[in-house]
Amino acid sequence: MTIQQALNSFRTGPDETGHFGKFGGRFVAETLMPLILDLEKAYAEAKADPAFEAEMKSFHTHYVGRPSPLYFAERLTEHVGGAKIYLKRDELNHTGAHKINNVLGQILLARRMGKTRIIAETGAGQHGVATATACARFGLKCVVYMGAVDVERQKPNVFRMKMLGAEIVPVVSGSKTLKDAMNEALRDWVTNVHDTFYCIGTSAGPHPYPMMVRDFQSIIGKEAREQMLEREGRLPDSLVACIGGGSNAIGLFHPFLDDKSVEIYGVEAAGHGVASGMHAASLNGGKPGVLHGNRTYLLMDHDGQIAEAHSISAGLDYPGIGPEHAWLHDTGRVTYLSTTDQEALDAFQLLSKLEGIIPALEPAHAIARAVEIAAKKPKDHLMIVNLCGRGDKDIFSVAEHLGGMA
Amino acid sequence: MTTRIDTRFAALKKEGRAALVTFYMGGDPDPETSLKVIKALPKAGADLIEIGMAFTDPMADGPTIQAAGLRALSKGITLEKTLHLVSEFRKDDHETPIILMGYFNPIFIYGVEKFLADAKSSGVDGLIVVDCPPEEDDELCKPALKAGLNFIRLATPTTDEKRLPKVLQNTSGFVYYVSIAGITGAARPDPQKVAASVARIKSHTNLPVAVGFGVRTAADAAEIAKSADGVVVGSALVEAVRQSLHADGRPTELTVGAVTSVVEEIAKGVRSVKK
Repeated sequence: MTIQQALNSFRTGPDETGHFGKFGGRFVAETLMPLILDLEKAYAEAKADPAFEAEMKSFHTHYVGRPSPLYFAERLTEHVGGAKIYLKRDELNHTGAHKINNVLGQILLARRMGKTRIIAETGAGQHGVATATACARFGLKCVVYMGAVDVERQKPNVFRMKMLGAEIVPVVSGSKTLKDAMNEALRDWVTNVHDTFYCIGTSAGPHPYPMMVRDFQSIIGKEAREQMLEREGRLPDSLVACIGGGSNAIGLFHPFLDDKSVEIYGVEAAGHGVASGMHAASLNGGKPGVLHGNRTYLLMDHDGQIAEAHSISAGLDYPGIGPEHAWLHDTGRVTYLSTTDQEALDAFQLLSKLEGIIPALEPAHAIARAVEIAAKKPKDHLMIVNLCGRGDKDIFSVAEHLGGMA
Repeated sequence: MTTRIDTRFAALKKEGRAALVTFYMGGDPDPETSLKVIKALPKAGADLIEIGMAFTDPMADGPTIQAAGLRALSKGITLEKTLHLVSEFRKDDHETPIILMGYFNPIFIYGVEKFLADAKSSGVDGLIVVDCPPEEDDELCKPALKAGLNFIRLATPTTDEKRLPKVLQNTSGFVYYVSIAGITGAARPDPQKVAASVARIKSHTNLPVAVGFGVRTAADAAEIAKSADGVVVGSALVEAVRQSLHADGRPTELTVGAVTSVVEEIAKGVRSVKK
C-alpha cells in the first residue's frame, strides 16, 4: 500500500508539533521559541474569532480586490491545442501578486497582538511591497531585509517600498539573496523581541508559519474551486503553480488535495538546468535538511553547508521549499517539475503576446510546464494555472536577457 | 555519569572562582592555525573550550562570527575536520572540556548517531546546538545524552519562569545564559539584570550557570563573574583573529598570540573575583 492510499486526508496537517510527516518543526534559537509559541496561540485564537475573518474579508473585497478572476486563456488554449487553460489571476491583486493575501492576514494578527514594528524578508520584492503596503495602511513601522543582489535586480520594487515608507536593509552577507535576507530578518527578530512581528513571506520557517501562510493563501484555491464549478459545472482536472518557498502553490493546491481526480503540478526553478548545479530546485535537486526553523528539502553540499540557489527569478531564488510541499512530494500527491531560465523567458513572451498579460518571471515558470502538459491532454481537460504575479517588476531584467529586443 | 565539564566546574568551585569559557571557530582562519590556537587556549587561561562548527547560515550569530565561519569554510573546514581538531587537541590535553557549538543541519547530514559516536571518541564532552530547542529534543538532545555527551542548553531573557523548567529539563553540564536578546557580539549586557537572571535560573537548577553574549573586556568578565559560575567570551577572540590576518585572509605570525593575549587579559578579569 502506498502512503497516498494509507492517508484519509491530505488536508489535516500539520500535527500539533508543527510536522507534516517528518518535515516542518520548530528549529529555532531559544530566544525565539517563546515568541513562536505566542504566535501559535494568537493565531489559533484569531482563527476561531469570526470578527477576525470578517475583518479580513472586508479588506479582501475593498482593498485587495478579491475575488481575483478565473480567466479562460482562449488564445493560449488555441495555441497549445490541448487542455482548456484557465488562469487564476492573482496578479490583479493590489500590489500585483498573491503576497498581499498572506501579508494582510499576518498584519491583522500583528495588530491583535499589539506589535508595532513589522519586519520582512523579500526576494523579488513582491512580499516586501505587500508588507510595506499593509504597514502604510495601518501605520506600522516596516523594515524589509533584501539581498543586495536582489536590490539591484528588482529596482522598481525597491523604489515602491521606499515610497510606501518602509526602510530597506540591503543584506550583504552570504549569497546576498533571499536566504540571507531571511537570516538577517531572524537576527533582527532575536534582537527586537518585544515590539516586533516577523511577517514571513512564504509557507516556510518554523511552525506555525507554514500552516498560517498556507491558510491565508488558501483563498486562492477556495475561490478557484467555486469559480470553476460555476463556469464549467465541475472541478478542474489539473492545477499548475510555480514554487520558490511555495506559498502561491500551496494556496491554490490545498483546497483540492483531497479531490483525487485533480492532478497537481508544482514547478520549481531549474536555472541553467538541474544537472548544471545552478538551479533553485530543492525537491528535484536537493535532499532533506534543517534550515530557517524547519526540516525540508534543501540545496546543500555533502557537509550540510547550504548551497546558493540560482534562478533568473529572484522570487524563486531560494535553496529550500516549504515543508508541506516536501511532504506532498514524498507522499506523491503532488508532482514537482522544473523550468529553466530560458524556458521561463520564452513563456514570459508567449503569454504577453497571446493574452496581453505580462506575467512575472515566477509564474512564467508555471506557464512553461502548463503549456507542455496541456498539449498532451484532451480538449475537455480543465487546467488552472496560478498567475501569481505581474511582470512589471521584471521588464528591465527581461529586456537585458533578450539583448534589448524588447 | 560525570563528564570533564562536571569535573572542571566542581574543581573551580572549590578554588573559589568562576570559569572562563572561550569560544573559537574551528578552522578559522585555516584548520592548522585553528588547532594551534585551540591548543594554546588552556595555558592562556581558558577553563573550558567551545569550538564552533562552521555553518553557512548561522542565524543567531553577528557579523564577526558569521565571517569567521565563512573564512573557515573557504579554507575547507568540514564537520569531520572539526572533530579531527578535537582528537588532535586531546593528544596532549585530557582535562580541558571541549564543547562543540553550532547549528543542526551539518550534524543532521553527517548522521546523528554517527556524529555522536565520532564526537565521543574524538574527546568531545558536550554540545550546544542553537536551533534545537526543547521542542525538538528527540532529534539530538536525547540521543546525545544517551551517547554520554552533555547537552548544554541556552536560556535567554525571553525564557520566562513558566518555560524555564522545560529548558532545564534535559540540560546537562551547565546552563548557558544568553545575557541579551540578540545575536553574538552585539550589545553589552547590564550586569545587574544578568545577576538577577542567574539567580532566577539557579533557583530552578543545581547546574552551573555560564553567561555569554556581549562580554569583551576583563572588566566585563569580572562583573559577570560576580554572579555567574562561568563567563563565555567569543566574538572578542574571533575579532582578534581577524585583525591579525593578512589582507588576503592568511594568518600572520601574530595570529595565535593575538587570541591568547585577549584570553590572558579576560582571564585576569575572571580570576580577580573570589567567591
